[in-house]
Amino acid sequence: MSLNIGVLGLQGDVAENIVATRTAMGTLGLKGTVKQVKTPDEISALDGLIIPGGESTMMGQMSLVNGALKVIKEKIQSGMPVFGICAGLILLSKNAKDRVVGKMDQPLLNLLDVRVERNSFGRQKDSFEAEISADSIGVPKTKGVFIRAPSIEDMGTDVQVVSKFNEKVVAVKQGNILAVSFHPELTHDVSLHKHFVGMIKPKKK
Amino acid sequence: MIPLSGNLDSAKGKVSEKVGPVSITRGTSTLKRGFAHMLKNGVVMDVTTVEQALIAEEAGAVSVMVLDKLPSDVRKAGGVARTASIRVIEEIMDAVTIPVMAKCRIGHVYEAKVLAEANVDMIDESEVLTPADELRHIWKWDYTTPFVNGARSLAEALRRIEEGAAMIRTKGEPGTGNVAEAITHIKKVNDELRLIKSIYDSGDNQDLIRMAREFKVSYELVEQTAKLGRLPVVNFAAGGIATPADAAYLMSLGCDGIFVGSGIFKAEDAKERARAVVLATTFWEDADKVKEAQRMIDERQSMLGLDVKNLELKMQERGTA
Repeated sequence: MSLNIGVLGLQGDVAENIVATRTAMGTLGLKGTVKQVKTPDEISALDGLIIPGGESTMMGQMSLVNGALKVIKEKIQSGMPVFGICAGLILLSKNAKDRVVGKMDQPLLNLLDVRVERNSFGRQKDSFEAEISADSIGVPKTKGVFIRAPSIEDMGTDVQVVSKFNEKVVAVKQGNILAVSFHPELTHDVSLHKHFVGMIKPKKK
Repeated sequence: MIPLSGNLDSAKGKVSEKVGPVSITRGTSTLKRGFAHMLKNGVVMDVTTVEQALIAEEAGAVSVMVLDKLPSDVRKAGGVARTASIRVIEEIMDAVTIPVMAKCRIGHVYEAKVLAEANVDMIDESEVLTPADELRHIWKWDYTTPFVNGARSLAEALRRIEEGAAMIRTKGEPGTGNVAEAITHIKKVNDELRLIKSIYDSGDNQDLIRMAREFKVSYELVEQTAKLGRLPVVNFAAGGIATPADAAYLMSLGCDGIFVGSGIFKAEDAKERARAVVLATTFWEDADKVKEAQRMIDERQSMLGLDVKNLELKMQERGTA
């Protein structure tokens, strides 16, 4: 079986996620294609989707304009695994508000049962790197690169906490949805991408 | 993938501290350059008021750049152009959720410090403002806040990166509504990248060292860039962009994104134009979508624009290269 994985390519760090996913597939010995996707047709054909880091307001508006938002939502509802990173986490959420500005009127996929606080750790000067762990998905130690990162304030009972930084929830899983507030694609450690690829096709042992 | 290497051990902008029981580091190259990576394929819009910033955010801008006057008004006003009012910057930071950038004068260490303290997300050391130091640029490694700098050639771009810039943009000719200079600058950078890449591929180390001497930057940076075949940081287009077609053309030349200065808020159809420029930048590969974006604007409402040949002030020539 060959996997068809897409990285939503409207805006943000698309290329970095393509490289990380290809590396992850290589180490797992899996075959398939990883490419940038923008159109509803391209998204319809996918087995898995990554929504990368960038600006969630822009991605929401542009995917609404070209009809991609609707197709992404249908695909995830029908079981396609999705990996949301930073802006991707915000886009997947049911509810997002900004730490300073407050309630936002931005298009969201409204699937992940969490309330996200945008820019939760402050502005760019407060962006940081720290060691974090995601034991429940088999990643005991990795570098968390937090860039104007959001955090998860509140969540439904179906949502599993995957990682925390000091008391703030920074990674969650809900069924076929994996979402993180930091940027594994900016490090050399592809273990979270490996876990996501594994969600698409369980590892054969 | 663009590597996030290029750390300087003596960088004072890198800060390690404890938050509760956990050690964190701020101001690393990964964080500063990584921030620029999140802007890729996006449009950064020049704004002077909260109202304009909200229009930009609504239109899908990835960031706003706060100025006291739009570049074309800086040109008209003459005199000394300085950094924007801190109060206006703060009002805008409180009103929008997207990152907020602001410009400081070339070489003006304390305008930069003030902007960093005000907590803007990125500082543009910009030729749109009057240079404060004709001999040097700011040593940007000293700041936790990332910087973007303008460049007209590969040598200029690499010198700014060596000084710690986390992002580069073309200079173009700001405030003219004339995209010709931005096109010239990105094509020159691309030509020079092709040249050093071919030297690298041929294995001619001596010639690569010759290029480093010509560019007045370290051999390591030239080698890294030559190996990549592109700048080791995100590279945007800027200076004179006024229409969706301008933005799409520059994206097709390999720019990672677009800065629009006077082009939007000096036009009479700013709201529609802001949306149209974002649309054309996002879908630049699709000529039909760029046409749709171009249909959203009315050329009779574009800023009039200036012929670069007849300018009294060439902003691109300000400051040391």
